[in-house]
Amino acid sequence: MNAVAPADVREAGVPVSERGASPRKVIISYGFWLFLLSDIIVFSAFFAAYAVLAGRDAGGPRGAQLFDRAHVLAETGCLLFSSFACAMMSVATELRRRALMVLCAVATFALGAAFLALELGEFGAMLARGAVPQRSAFLSAFFALVGLHGLHVAAGLAWLVVMLAQVFSLGWRPMVLCRLACFGLFWHALDIVWIGVFTIVYLGAR
Amino acid sequence: MDERDERHEQSGGHEQPGQSPDWKSGVVKALMGLGASVLLTLASFWAAGTQLVWGPGVPVLLAALAIGQMGVHLVFFLHVSSGPESTNTILALAFGVFVVALVVFGSLIIMANLDAGMGACAMHGSPCR
Repeated sequence: MNAVAPADVREAGVPVSERGASPRKVIISYGFWLFLLSDIIVFSAFFAAYAVLAGRDAGGPRGAQLFDRAHVLAETGCLLFSSFACAMMSVATELRRRALMVLCAVATFALGAAFLALELGEFGAMLARGAVPQRSAFLSAFFALVGLHGLHVAAGLAWLVVMLAQVFSLGWRPMVLCRLACFGLFWHALDIVWIGVFTIVYLGAR
Repeated sequence: MDERDERHEQSGGHEQPGQSPDWKSGVVKALMGLGASVLLTLASFWAAGTQLVWGPGVPVLLAALAIGQMGVHLVFFLHVSSGPESTNTILALAFGVFVVALVVFGSLIIMANLDAGMGACAMHGSPCR
């Protein structure tokens, strides 16, 4: 609220219809926000499939036997602190401090990569125990949902590398700033999806 | 979030370092989001393993904590606010939440009904139509 107060004061008395187009960054963020919402709707279909199939273990391993809560807490921590580093990256970008921004980007990348490594380690241990996706409907739905989130994180990491390259090669151009803002939205949205994953899949397992 | 800053960018201007007046509020906001998220995450993991909460109430508590944490992320990290800049964002968000609820709860209800119907068929030994 405080951040938009100056605009309010300046544009007081001007009807919304006569204020002209919103700033470019607001419009691009809104378009990307629509993409994120449609992506979350895709996730909701996977969540629905998991919720329906969670109890169908076909005599195979159940969730409570497979999941290690300490491991999941570590994954959650990695993703949460990665999100925080990403927020700091936005602040550094706003200040146009490249060294600080790169530092935050490296922290974001490292924590995201740590999350992905922990998740792949968990998948590997499950596969080694015979808990493969084709074992039961529960495991199919589990690997589809958590794997889809993991793929998004991997795509985000690749995007972050591309953004760093663009900051170095193109500098603080408006289009680079817009892309950085979109990356921030993407990364935070992935963390929101993860809240649903750890609550429904890992903590809800029995 | 600073509109003057954005207007400046639109005209192709390059900000000098340290000119943005509200970087401190950005850091404070992110720190608040981080603190609240850590607390809510730890509370979720505690609630899932504790014996102190009445058993059937645990899923409800977990859902409340998860929704709370999603709200924290929306406000402190995605900067969704009640300001005029966010009106369209909030409308789109409301529609998204509506569709997500429709997909998830619709699937659950339909599949539970289907499951109940299939179970009844198998019990009577009659072919299912």
